[in-house]
Amino acid sequence: MSDAPAPETPRRRRGPEHLLTHRLARWVDSRLGTAKLARTTLNKVFPDHWSFMLGELGLYCFIVLVLTGVYLTFFFDPSLNQVIYRGSYAPLRGVEMTEAFRSALELSFDVRAGLVMRQIHHWAALLFLASLGVHLARVFFTGAFRRPRELNWIIGCTLLILAMLNGLFGYSLLDDQLSGTGLRIVYSITLSIPLVGTWLASLLFGGEFPGPDIISRLYVIHILLVPAVIVGLLTAHLAILVRQKHTHFSGPGRREDNVVGERMWPTYAAKALGLFFLTSALLAFLGGVFQINPIWIYGPFDPAEVSAASQPDWYMGWLDGALRIMPGWEIRAFGFEIPNPFFPGVLLAGLTFGLLYAWPFLEARVTRDHAEHHLLDRPRQRPVRTALGMATISFYSVLFLGGAADVLAATFGLSVNAILWTFRFLCLLAPPVVGWVTYRLCKELSARDGVPTASTVTVREIPGRLRHREEPKQAEPESQALRS
Amino acid sequence: MTDLVEPGVTGPDGADPDHEERGRRVELTSAACFVVATLAAIALAVVYWQGGQPQAEGVLLALTLGGIGVGIVLWAKHFMPNDEVAEERHPLQSSEEEIAEFSADFAAGQSSLGRRRILVATAGGACAALGVALLFPVRSLGPRPGRGLKETPYRNAPIRVVIESGVPVRPADLEVDGFITVWPRGHTDAADAATLLIRYRSDQGFEPRPGREDWTVDDIVAYSKLCTHVGCPVGLYQAQLGLLLCPCHQSTFDVMQGARPVFGPAARPLPQLPLALDDEGFIIATGDFSAPVGPGFWDRGR
Repeated sequence: MSDAPAPETPRRRRGPEHLLTHRLARWVDSRLGTAKLARTTLNKVFPDHWSFMLGELGLYCFIVLVLTGVYLTFFFDPSLNQVIYRGSYAPLRGVEMTEAFRSALELSFDVRAGLVMRQIHHWAALLFLASLGVHLARVFFTGAFRRPRELNWIIGCTLLILAMLNGLFGYSLLDDQLSGTGLRIVYSITLSIPLVGTWLASLLFGGEFPGPDIISRLYVIHILLVPAVIVGLLTAHLAILVRQKHTHFSGPGRREDNVVGERMWPTYAAKALGLFFLTSALLAFLGGVFQINPIWIYGPFDPAEVSAASQPDWYMGWLDGALRIMPGWEIRAFGFEIPNPFFPGVLLAGLTFGLLYAWPFLEARVTRDHAEHHLLDRPRQRPVRTALGMATISFYSVLFLGGAADVLAATFGLSVNAILWTFRFLCLLAPPVVGWVTYRLCKELSARDGVPTASTVTVREIPGRLRHREEPKQAEPESQALRS
Repeated sequence: MTDLVEPGVTGPDGADPDHEERGRRVELTSAACFVVATLAAIALAVVYWQGGQPQAEGVLLALTLGGIGVGIVLWAKHFMPNDEVAEERHPLQSSEEEIAEFSADFAAGQSSLGRRRILVATAGGACAALGVALLFPVRSLGPRPGRGLKETPYRNAPIRVVIESGVPVRPADLEVDGFITVWPRGHTDAADAATLLIRYRSDQGFEPRPGREDWTVDDIVAYSKLCTHVGCPVGLYQAQLGLLLCPCHQSTFDVMQGARPVFGPAARPLPQLPLALDDEGFIIATGDFSAPVGPGFWDRGR
């Protein structure tokens, strides 16, 4: 028990030998030999920049999602059995509805702390997607996806898709009027896939829409399958980050072959923990004070009805907008057809994510830059990349606004048709204009900086300002394992 | 960021008296945050015990979590070492030597596999067969998509149309410019059979499609309620213009001209239902819709 090589932390922090934590650490170490690895972890260096917190924010939202989600599963029943509502929400008493909708109402009105948990869960999903979105933008505009980090880019894109789908599946479970409309659109988009669409839709929904099985299937997918895959990929994402070490912005003493920042223990760990609590606090506040997805107002799903101003959650807005902006074209020949929703719903979505996955490889190919990069770009240093990124963002922003065309029309007293026509032109015009303006801005800014664009930045090193420290070799365990 | 906090201080708790004074204040603030968090947590438990109130629960939970969060961040920023350190990066890729050693070890094992060609081939075949066999149960997930997408319960025509409560409809039940949703009798739960009955004005210029001159009764025309775009119920009728509008994606159909799409993403007209009157003067459907209802699919026209 006492043959461990070194205590886990310096003694002055941990106190006397007989402390329970100390003895426990010894006990574990004598069985697993964890002290060396634990010390490496404590001394891990994390560069400090506000934009490096964005992905972290997503991680904390995910933790809140899991915690609140588990609570919700104890009360929600994903069943399509028809029941009569007799709960405490008077306006719907006596109304026939599915067990799924009824249990969601019960969760909201009759389970103590149920509503606040449900609303925190929904807000956490919205913020989760938002932080993934801005994290993606940060990684893109700073060139953090370049070699050797292409793998983490691919994992990140997959996480984004999974998060979007799981958000959609989540709010589709409640079987209210809005989610039923969303599921109908999912069904129709699946149906629109050439050759296999009818089969896919039937297998997914268990028959024709509304389908007897879709809610119970989505439930398993939403609470088990996708979260399990997300946890796996998230672990890989972080493990790769640790293995490759974090990128950093250029600055005094910061080079391609080092990483400058704070040690993990104790400052960075404490800040990260603080950020987790602050994120949770924000979500708790939103979930308590700002109503979200009030299903009792929408009412139970009736396939023959739909309410005006049906909007999906924000992260699906661009797809809904694309469905609206798309002109009424479809391809028909020899009795076969490729229906209209295929183009925005499948083709555009496929192209979007296909290009996203391929970007690091496309860029490396075009710029012929296959070198490792650990120093981040400032967006202005790469005018072409930044311009293309901004053009893309403007395109999806127009689509997103298109998803609210009816709301915009009602709010400003305009014709929906005029608004949609405007967006049809805007989604073609905005990207080149925004791209060109961004390109000029980048050129201006970097000229003002006196920094040459698209080339390596030389960094002056001020010796003595930074303490350099010996770091235990990381590659050793792997190479030994391979040799033996 | 770290440079902004207590510049020059590289260890915990600076020794400068000014810093000590400031440190004292920050310490008190941080401790106050933890106390607020504790009190809020107690209040949260009390609120829950008293029956719960969503807004109070959310705010108190936020105060608890936020108090802990702010306390920790202040603590970390002011009393923990915030010096920057540099860590060298080491090449990520293995050395040529390591790769060569790995290749040698792998090849040594592989050669023993290669000697039993027949086993490799049959084992591979067995795994492939297992994979294919395991795909078959996917078929259990749903029925074969057959006629179902192309037919509705109206195929049992002639059949009366009824409102949701099951009551049949006479032409007089509809006012001019009015519209109602109906289903084939006995199928008011069939999602694909929702039908719009619309009574247009006699002078509104209704133009029946060729071959459908006798599909209307007393200026009442019937169309499928499912949008031909993605199948949302087309729920808004602008009687003055004779236009049906889908609230989901703003497809617009001209009721006077066979419900052809005049705006939006829908590319096909709403299928029309042939109407007639039975002996008792109730509206009946004399056949199924003029085309498969709802969203398009690959073999819709076959």
